[in-house]
Amino acid sequence: MSVPIILFFVCALLAVAGAVLLILAREPIHSALALVLVMMALAVLYLLLGAPFVAAVQIIVYAGAIMVLFVFVIMLLNAGVEERTDFSKIAKWAGVPLGFFLLLLIAHFLARSSIGTAIATGAGAAAEQASTRELSVQLFRQYLFPFEATSILILIAILGALVLARKDE
Amino acid sequence: MSAIPISWYLVLSAVLFGLGVVAFVFKRNVITIFMSIELMLNAVNLAFVAFARARNALDGLVFVFFVIVVAAAEAAVGLAIVIMLAQHRESLNVERVNLLKL
Amino acid sequence: MLLLDHLWIILALPLAGAAINGLFGKRWPQSVVNSVAVGSVSLAFLAAAETVREFCALAPDQIPFVGNYFTWMVAGPFRVNFALQVDQLTVVMLLTVTFVGMLIHIYSTGYMAHEGGYYRFFSYLNLFMFFMLTLVMAANLIVMFVGWEGVGLCSYLLIGFWFLKKSAADAGKKAFIVTRIGDLGFTVGILLVFAVFQSVDFGTIFRDVSQNPRSEAVLTAICILLFTGAIGKSAQLPLYVWLPDAMEGPTPVSALIHAATMVTAGVYMVARMNPLFSRAPVAMLVVAIVGAVTAFYSATIGLVQTDIKKVLAYSTVSQLGYMFLACGVGAYAAGIFHLMTHAFFKGLLFLAAGSVIHAMGGEQDMFKMGGLRERIPVTYWTMLIATLAIAGIPGFAGFFSKDAILEAARVASHGNSTIFILWLLGVVGAGLTSFYMFRLVFLTFFGKPRYDEHKAHVHESPKNMTVPLMILAFLSIFGGWFAAPKLIGGIDHFEKFLSPVFSAYAPRVAQEEIRVVNPALPPVPPGYSEPSAGMELLKALTGVPVIVAVLGLLAAWWLYIKSPDTPKRWAQSLRGLYLLLLNKYYVDEIYAALIVRPLLWISTNVLWHVVDEGAIDGVVNGTARVARESGSELRQLQSGNERSYATWVVIGAVGFTVLLLVLLGGMR
Repeated sequence: MSVPIILFFVCALLAVAGAVLLILAREPIHSALALVLVMMALAVLYLLLGAPFVAAVQIIVYAGAIMVLFVFVIMLLNAGVEERTDFSKIAKWAGVPLGFFLLLLIAHFLARSSIGTAIATGAGAAAEQASTRELSVQLFRQYLFPFEATSILILIAILGALVLARKDE
Repeated sequence: MSAIPISWYLVLSAVLFGLGVVAFVFKRNVITIFMSIELMLNAVNLAFVAFARARNALDGLVFVFFVIVVAAAEAAVGLAIVIMLAQHRESLNVERVNLLKL
Repeated sequence: MLLLDHLWIILALPLAGAAINGLFGKRWPQSVVNSVAVGSVSLAFLAAAETVREFCALAPDQIPFVGNYFTWMVAGPFRVNFALQVDQLTVVMLLTVTFVGMLIHIYSTGYMAHEGGYYRFFSYLNLFMFFMLTLVMAANLIVMFVGWEGVGLCSYLLIGFWFLKKSAADAGKKAFIVTRIGDLGFTVGILLVFAVFQSVDFGTIFRDVSQNPRSEAVLTAICILLFTGAIGKSAQLPLYVWLPDAMEGPTPVSALIHAATMVTAGVYMVARMNPLFSRAPVAMLVVAIVGAVTAFYSATIGLVQTDIKKVLAYSTVSQLGYMFLACGVGAYAAGIFHLMTHAFFKGLLFLAAGSVIHAMGGEQDMFKMGGLRERIPVTYWTMLIATLAIAGIPGFAGFFSKDAILEAARVASHGNSTIFILWLLGVVGAGLTSFYMFRLVFLTFFGKPRYDEHKAHVHESPKNMTVPLMILAFLSIFGGWFAAPKLIGGIDHFEKFLSPVFSAYAPRVAQEEIRVVNPALPPVPPGYSEPSAGMELLKALTGVPVIVAVLGLLAAWWLYIKSPDTPKRWAQSLRGLYLLLLNKYYVDEIYAALIVRPLLWISTNVLWHVVDEGAIDGVVNGTARVARESGSELRQLQSGNERSYATWVVIGAVGFTVLLLVLLGGMR
């Protein structure tokens, strides 16, 4: 067993465990922390996949900013244990099982798909890392317009959040 | 070093996505539901990165970049809505928020 | 050749009158309505007269003159043009209809002067003229049928003119429905004609049947079916019941439609279709039997009626029976002759009766009249002339026509006992006719007044009513004299005029039979000695019909003038018979029980409750119910519960994914 494979399994297990904890946790703060765990695990996996920039962004932005925002809101609202209501019959009987079914379905397909096996050989060959420099070149050349658009998107989000969270006078 | 088949990453991505769906349907707290969305987005990110590696293309990574940015904006606005909801309804239970009822 | 080329003008004139009066007449004064209505009919009469003049200038091979106006219907081999024709028969009908129609229009301006809905009356009356003229000028069965149905419609409208009166509205409905029954047979007959001859055009059919023999059974079927339409329209047994009720309509309507013109449409149709009838002896026998029996039967009912118009109604049914008897024994010309003279004297009788009713302020019961002779002399004298005509007293119009019919029947009965019985019925019926008509005159105009002389304001009618009476009286005397020369060994001019119509396509029969079957054909076989003129005249004047007519007159005189108590005594002693006749053999009651009530039951319980309410309403309401209930079920999806919505999204996603995988062939 080589290091990458062990690393993969460990991280994969951590990610899945985090997801399961998210479902099973009784308090939202626990769910939030479980999600952070998932993100960390995924960051390592990104590294394994040779995308250090994305791994870094994942930790800095996703885990570091977005999840912190979530935790802030949870603490602000003093979200406690969930009330145990059960109004939706269909969610209980059909939603959850079908969710699992969807999981298995996609997993099954992806596992056996040609793209999965075909690339297996390729993955090994390209063990180099995608350089940040090349990534930024792509970003500012080909994807310039989406880049600028997202900046406007963020602006809109800020404005929206401001308006929404303002107390009614 | 021995290569890890891409399909493994994809399966992991599928599993995480499925768990995100289940969480979305199962949980009752609004914030938790929101977090399950994030989980789903993360799973998708993983798939993108895996494919980027497989094709030796950077486009997948660029897309991951954008997904993260958009997730951030969405989280900001969404949480603002959650706060508003909590103020008006005094409850974070999504089943008590039946404003869409006809 | 102006009018012959534009025959449609004769139709357009009354139609225009009807439209103008109908649309604008409401706001006009009576004088304007009069001008339009009477004017259009008078112009139609002048147009008809001009047409006849042009017709007489035609060569024999141009007759019948047909005007094709436009192609009306085309459906595969079924081709119908709107076509009008003129031949000798049309000429007779045209002149009768337009002239009598014109007189009655003039009369109506006086009779209806105090009635509401004045413009409506004249609009309907003009419309009737339009349809009647379409009927008589039609060149094919379909155009004739248009006229046929149209006159039925106008009859309904005019009988129920005072539609707020229940009995009038009911009578209108009864007329329409009963004639509809006959029309069903008529329609099937027309379809059968088309099936056999591939055409409904008269010329084509008649040429075809005379050149290519058809099976007698088929022709018999066709003729009997067509005749059922005549039974309805011309009020013969068993479909006569609507005509007495039709007396609910204004008297001019009774005169025009139910005496002079519409009811004669059946006779006209049979005469027009003579090439077919002559080749179906069984059908002709049916026609003759129905005609003779009806003539007799109806006369018996007329013996005891008290309402002056009802007597005339039953008399009309009876006289129509004589016309059919004539057609049935092959004497079509005699039947049409009687049709024409009947239009004169029956029209006159009704108009005079209307004058009496007008004078009596609305009273129609003869037993409440009496002694009107000096009060309303013009009405009296004209009515007397008409009665003499209808009774068949020599010298008057009715004598010539009725005599012709009975003579033809007698001749046809040689060696045929059935026809002999029919002749006998006709003769007895003639006697009864004479009796009840003179009874009517004596009760109405003679004796002491049986009404309150101080209350009633008996006055003679105005000129616009009396002048038509006088004109018709003139025609009731001299209108039959075309046939007079025959009495002194000459020929009947009327018959001669019409003979091309009835001989053109007549079947070729053995020479001996010609004399018996079809008196319209001229040649006389050798070895037949011509009696002298004087002998002929004497024979005619002392013939059986004349004898029974005089007997009838004497009996009526005896019973109603000489010893007026006798009728009451007889009625008491023969109470059963009297009631039977008075109640018209209870036929209406029988029909009501046997036919009307069951139909009403079926309509209510089956057609209404089951079909209309259950099925049709059920479908409509059911559709709405399904929509509403499914809507209320589906509404529950909109619970407002976000988790349910999310679940539905997941369900959709799963379904979509499965579909995608199946399509991409990646599954399993």
